[in-house]
Amino acid sequence: MAVPVMLRVVEREALVFRRLWRGIVFTQFVQPVLYLAAMGVGLGALVDANSGSVDGLSYLDFVAPALLVASAMQLATAESLWPVLAGVIWMRFYHGTAATPIRPGEIFCGFVVWIGVRTAMSAVIFLVVAACVGAVSSAWGVAAIGAAVLTAAAFAAPVAGYSIRQETDLAFPLVMRLGVLPLFLFSGTFFPVSQLPSALQPIAYCSPLWHGIELARGATTGDIAALAALGHVAFLLAVVGAGAWWGARGFNRRLCP
Amino acid sequence: MPPLVEARNLTKSFGDFVAVDAIEFAIEPGEVFGFLGPNGAGKTSTMRMIGCVSPRTGGDLRILGMDPEHDGAAIRGRLGVVPQEDNLDTELSVWDNMIVYGRYFGLPRALIRERAAELLEFVQLADRRDSRVDPLSGGMKRRLTIARALVNEPELVILDEPTTGLDPQARHLLWERLYRLKRNGVTQVLTTHYMDEAEQLCDRLVVMDGGRIVAHGSPRSLIEEHVTREVVEVRFGLDLEPAEVAAGLGRRGERIEALSERVLVYTDDGDATARAVEADAIPGSSVLVRRASLEDVFLTLTGRSLED
Repeated sequence: MAVPVMLRVVEREALVFRRLWRGIVFTQFVQPVLYLAAMGVGLGALVDANSGSVDGLSYLDFVAPALLVASAMQLATAESLWPVLAGVIWMRFYHGTAATPIRPGEIFCGFVVWIGVRTAMSAVIFLVVAACVGAVSSAWGVAAIGAAVLTAAAFAAPVAGYSIRQETDLAFPLVMRLGVLPLFLFSGTFFPVSQLPSALQPIAYCSPLWHGIELARGATTGDIAALAALGHVAFLLAVVGAGAWWGARGFNRRLCP
Repeated sequence: MPPLVEARNLTKSFGDFVAVDAIEFAIEPGEVFGFLGPNGAGKTSTMRMIGCVSPRTGGDLRILGMDPEHDGAAIRGRLGVVPQEDNLDTELSVWDNMIVYGRYFGLPRALIRERAAELLEFVQLADRRDSRVDPLSGGMKRRLTIARALVNEPELVILDEPTTGLDPQARHLLWERLYRLKRNGVTQVLTTHYMDEAEQLCDRLVVMDGGRIVAHGSPRSLIEEHVTREVVEVRFGLDLEPAEVAAGLGRRGERIEALSERVLVYTDDGDATARAVEADAIPGSSVLVRRASLEDVFLTLTGRSLED
């Protein structure tokens, strides 16, 4: 029973998206492709001319899957901050939903599933573009969509759990600047983690983004050990699970005090 | 038929604060049942417990024969809720608000469309179906919320302060719709701090104060039981103290109540009392006779006015 009920929340999100997609299309679909052009194609030519390769890959091959997963993280986090607070405080429509047979935990799960759906949509577009410029060398590349979705859920679940516990959005820009931005820059996105000072490397290995990127890179290049892939998936699933438990609890306490 | 809602010793606390203090009531099928009381009396907390969006702290609560602690979702599926604060989906149109809400109840789309058209007609919003929610007036939003609450054909409709913040015209329109609902046999439970609203709409009501029920009955029986038939209101110059004026009027009525800017004289013969008060010739005074209302019941029971 729980699964179909949650999907009614996804339906609502899809309906809103259908009305608003024109305003969303740039940040969600175009921006990652611009990054790919600037970093992968533009900067990549410079890097390749000077160093030959990064971890045995052309820079475009190295950075393309990372940009896919990193933009999934950014989308998931931003969508789990302000829109969640709008649902509970500014527009209050979560309260309307909670008065129906849908439970707070199902509102939360439906929300996270919807973030996954949106991530999958942009991941498909990104991968097609990446494939066209030659950044996908393996048929396994399709699995990078899964890596992006899993990473998005690993951020959406705990961040939505955080947002539902807030009274104002004052701290939200800090979450983006002090949380998301450093992860974006230092999780093996633009250069291998091995180039970080050795004291900082363990921190990078704790970043869900790093696990997502390694997984996606393994998929688009077709070069990853099964055990390593499994380890990354397990790490991300653990973050999703813990975040989902904490988030559902937060939604329940907030909407049914 | 068994009551739709039955509460025994129903209690809700938030930490040390007791919002609802061991109240008892039963709501019968087909009636409009009211909770009358000032802000902070515990009305909304009670409504939220009936709406199964707030677990009780103690006591017993049965709704539609079920326990909200275990069957909250099943009960909510048969309720319609009009909350105090609007929580319409402002990202959707009027029509889509109806559709999405119907889907929350798991209803098939074709059925929702059919009902949505009827209900928007019922609340006189059919011509605004493609409008966004934001530009609607307060009264229209409230009417849309009512239409939305009826999409699952609820057996019990919960209205928390349905007309607070609306202008008189919008209030009367809303009352008229609620009256029609009642005629169609829909059981309603509502809270209000407007005594005229309670008198107009409620078959039976309880008066709440400080988390407790201080009286219950029909509006008429409450008035008969707790106050006289008529009230003489005496207003006077600002230089006079209400308490002194009240003391001076001591023999004129069955009971005298001094408010901040007027004195109320409770009496069974308003005209005779008014003539006697006028004969007292209190400086700068004006005298008015009216029928006793629920406001007087509340005042008598708690010593405070509802608007406080």
